[in-house]
Amino acid sequence: MKVEFVLNGSRIVIDIDPDRRVVDILREDFQLTGTKEGCGSGECGSCTILVDGESRLSCLMLAAQLEGKTITTIEGLAPDGKMHTLQEAFIEYGAVQCGFCTPGMVMAVVDLLSKNPSPDRQEIREGISGNLCRCTGYQKIVDAVEVAAKAMKNGEWRIKNDGEG
Amino acid sequence: MNNTSEKIGKTIPRFDAVTKVTGRERYAADYYGEDFLWTGVKRAGIPHALLKAIHTGKVRDIPGVAAVLTHEDVKGTNRYGIIRKDEPVLADKKIHHCGDAVALVLAEDREALRRAIENISFDYEPLPGVFDPEEALKEGAIPVHEDNSEGNVIRYVPVETGNPGSAFNECDTVVEAVFEVPRQEHAYLETEAGWAHFDKDGQLVIVVATQTPFRDRFEIAPALGLDMEKIHLVVPYLGGAFGGKDGITVQCLLGLAALHSGGRSVKMWWDRQESFLASVKRLPARMYYRLGAKGDGTLHALECRLYFDGGAYASLGGEIMTLAAEHAGSAYRIPHVSIKGWCVYTNNPVGGPFRGFGVPQVTAAMEQMMDILALKIKMDPLEIRKKNTVRRGDKNCLGVTLTHSTGAGECLKVLSEHPLWKGKDTWKALAGPFEARGVGIACMAHAMGYPPMVPDVANAKIEITEEGKIRVYAGVVDMGQGNASTYLQIAGEILSQGVTDMELVLPDTERTLPSGSSSASRTTYTYGNALIKAAAALKSRMLEKASSLIPGSGAEECILAEGRVIHKPTGKEIPFHDLALFFDESERVCTDTFTMPVVKGMNDVIYMGPHIIYSYGAHLVYIEIDMLTGKAEIKQYLAVTDAGKVINPQAYEQQIQGAIAQGIGYALHEDYKVEGGVSRTPDLASYIIPTSMDTPEIISIPIEMGEESGPFGMKGVGEIAMSGPMPAIANAIYDACGIRISRSPYTADKILSALSYNEKPESCDEG
Repeated sequence: MKVEFVLNGSRIVIDIDPDRRVVDILREDFQLTGTKEGCGSGECGSCTILVDGESRLSCLMLAAQLEGKTITTIEGLAPDGKMHTLQEAFIEYGAVQCGFCTPGMVMAVVDLLSKNPSPDRQEIREGISGNLCRCTGYQKIVDAVEVAAKAMKNGEWRIKNDGEG
Repeated sequence: MNNTSEKIGKTIPRFDAVTKVTGRERYAADYYGEDFLWTGVKRAGIPHALLKAIHTGKVRDIPGVAAVLTHEDVKGTNRYGIIRKDEPVLADKKIHHCGDAVALVLAEDREALRRAIENISFDYEPLPGVFDPEEALKEGAIPVHEDNSEGNVIRYVPVETGNPGSAFNECDTVVEAVFEVPRQEHAYLETEAGWAHFDKDGQLVIVVATQTPFRDRFEIAPALGLDMEKIHLVVPYLGGAFGGKDGITVQCLLGLAALHSGGRSVKMWWDRQESFLASVKRLPARMYYRLGAKGDGTLHALECRLYFDGGAYASLGGEIMTLAAEHAGSAYRIPHVSIKGWCVYTNNPVGGPFRGFGVPQVTAAMEQMMDILALKIKMDPLEIRKKNTVRRGDKNCLGVTLTHSTGAGECLKVLSEHPLWKGKDTWKALAGPFEARGVGIACMAHAMGYPPMVPDVANAKIEITEEGKIRVYAGVVDMGQGNASTYLQIAGEILSQGVTDMELVLPDTERTLPSGSSSASRTTYTYGNALIKAAAALKSRMLEKASSLIPGSGAEECILAEGRVIHKPTGKEIPFHDLALFFDESERVCTDTFTMPVVKGMNDVIYMGPHIIYSYGAHLVYIEIDMLTGKAEIKQYLAVTDAGKVINPQAYEQQIQGAIAQGIGYALHEDYKVEGGVSRTPDLASYIIPTSMDTPEIISIPIEMGEESGPFGMKGVGEIAMSGPMPAIANAIYDACGIRISRSPYTADKILSALSYNEKPESCDEG
C-alpha cells in the first residue's frame, strides 16, 4: 500500500507492505539504524521513536500506522550535525555505556520533558521506567536528564560537566 | 601518582558517547546490504534426545529460501568449545539442550527465513534428562556426554590448606548453612548479531559482537574445516555483553552460512527469545558451607562443597567454578580450608561467563556465613569482618601471600565511618507501620586477569599516521565498559593529545594485535600497561625525529603539545602533519607487550594456579520490607571499592553503579527458571531485570591506595561490585525481620512466605 508520512522533517511517500514493522522499515529502507531493536515485543524500549511528538515503540508499529504521521528518530532529533541538549547531557554526565538503549532512552526523555519540563529525580525515573538499560544502573541517565531539563528551561543549549561525576 | 597529570584521574566524557547518543554508531546488527542473505537456525526445543533425521526437503521449496543446511554440510569437526570441543555447530547424533541448533537456513528476507525455520522438522528419540548437578553426579545418572570419561563432571576442583580435618575441633563456634543461587541471564540489550562474507582473497570476514575475536578463530577454524589464517574478525562496539559474548555465539553459524551463500553476504541476528534460549547463563549453584571460629571471632576453618550446574556444554564452566573455589573464603584469612567444587553437565542451558565469573555465587554464601557466625557469637557484623579481612602480606585462603595492594580493611574502615553506617540504628527505628527496615553489609574480593597457566598478555599498538594523527589500535574489545576510551585517555596523557583529536581502531584480527579477551577485569590493566610502553616509545621517537629537524637541538629540549612538537628553547613548533612526513613507513608504528604478574611455583594449589592481584570492596545497603506484600525495597546503597587509582572517575562510577544494578537484579528478581530443561522465563516479560524504579541512588567511594603494577596505579573495577548486592541484601533482610532465605532471589513471595513460616521474628515484632 501507499503510505505518506513525514520522517525527520522530510515528506515521504512509499509503496510498502502494510504488515512490515516500522522498526524494520526505518532500519532497512531508510538506513536509520540508530533506532535499535532489543526485544521485538515492547518490553525494552530500545526502538522508541517519536510519533507526532509522543514516544512510541517502533517494534509494535506496522507500516500502515505511519500514514499521516510525523516521525522523529534519533537521527532527526538534532539535524545538521548539531546535538540536542539532552544528547550533550548524556555525553557529559556519563549516561552512555554500551549505548544500545541510548537512542530509545533519549527519545523517551524528549517525550517526558515535553510533558513535564521540570521533573524531579523520581519523576525522571518514572518517565524512563519503560526503557531498559543493562549497563548504567540508570543513575547517570537520571543525572543527565536532570541537568538537561534545567538547561533547556533556562534556554541554555550547551552542557558542560564541571564536576567529577 | 602523577600530580601534574592532565588527563589521569579526571572525568573525560567517553570517546564513543557522541556516535552512540546520535545513533550513528554502527553495531554488529546495523549492517544491511543489497546482496545480504538472512540466516537463522532451527532450535531443538527439547532438552535431551537422539537425533534421527532432519526433514528439510520441502523447506527448500519455500520461495525466498536459498539453502538449508544440516550437520552433514559441516566440513570440519562440527565441534567448538574453549576448553573442550564438545559443542556442535549443528546438532548431529544428539540433542543436549533446548537451545541446540539443528538446521541452518539462508533466505532472501526475514519472512522467508521465519517460515522455513517453522517448517523444518526432525525425528528424534527422547532421552531422559538430568537437570540437577547433584543428581548428575550420582552413580547411574543419565550421561549428558557419553564420551566424557568422568561421567557428568566437567571439572572437579579440590583446594586444601592447613589441616581442615582437625581444625573444626579447635573452633569454639561452628556454623553451617546451604545456599542456592539462581541462573542469571545477561540480558544485554544487543542480542547476538553479525554478518559475514568471503572477500576477494578468499578470506572469511566476520563482523560480529564478540568479546574474544582472536580466540574465536581457534574455535571457528577446526569446527568448519577452515584455515585459521583465513578467518578475519572485525568487532564493532558491543551493545553489552557482560561475559555472554565471551566465545562463540553466531560466529560458526555465520561462517557455515557464508560457505553456502554463493558468494553473498550473510546476516544473523538472534531475536530476544532465541538469545535467551541459546545463550550462556550465569551458573546456578548449590553451596554447602561450614565455618568455624575461635571465641574472639577469629576465623579458623572453612569447609565447603560447591555444585555448579554447567548445563549442556563445558564452555568456561569448569574455570568459572574454579574461580569460585578460589574465592570461596572471600577476603578473609582462614588458615584451615577444604573446598571441593564440581562443575557438572546437565541438560539445562549452557553455563558460561557472566560478570563476576563464579565469584558472586560464593560471595553470596560466604558473606551470609559471616553474618550467621557474627550473630551466633554475638559480635558486630562489621567488627568480625574487620578482624578477619586480609591485609597486604597475609596469606589468603589458598595460602597465597598477598604481595600487591590489599585494601579490604580500608574499604571496611571507610564504610564504618560513613554516616550511613553510623546512622543506621536511627533510620531503622523510624520504620513505619507494616514496614521492617534492615541494614546489611558485605565484603568482597575479585581476582584480576587470567590464572598463571594462561599468561595474561596484551600487545599494544600505536601509530602516527601519514596525516600526523595519533592512532590507537585497541586490541581488546569494548563491550560497553569504555576501555577503548580509556586507552585514548592513557595515550593522550603520554602524548599530550586531546582524546577526541586521536583516532581509534577497534579490534580487528588483521589490524590490531592479539591482546586477550574483554573479560576478567583485565581490559584496562593489561592493555593499558602495554599501551603506556608503546606510547612512550612513540613519544621518544617523535621527539627525536623533531629534534633532528631542528639543527643543534636535542630531543630533551622538545616537548609534545596538542598536534605539534615544541622546541622549548626557541619556541619553534613542528605540527604533527609536517613531522609525519619525515617518518618512514616502518617508523610510524610502535608496539609493546605486557604480561600480568602471577604467583610462581604454586600451580598445584588449584587448577590453573592461583591469582595474586585482587580488587576489594565493602558494600552497605538499607532495605525496607513491606510486611504485607513481602516486597523489599532498596533505600540506600554505599559501595566502597579498592580498585587502585581511578583513571576516569566517571567511567569508574559507571562500572560500580552498573554492576550493583545487575547485583540487585540477581538478589531480588532475576531467576532464569528452567523446568525439565525447558525455560519458564523465555523473554523480558517473564525474566525481570531492574528498571529505573528498582535501582537506588548509589554512593560510590573509591579507596585510591594505588596498585604499583597497574597503569597509573589502577586495578580492575569491572566485576568487583557485582558480588556485593546479593549477600548485603540477604543480610539486610535478616536484619529487618529475622529471616534467611536459602534460595535467592529474594522475591516478595519468598519473603512473604518465609515471614509466615517464621515463628519467631527477631527484629520485626512491631511490624
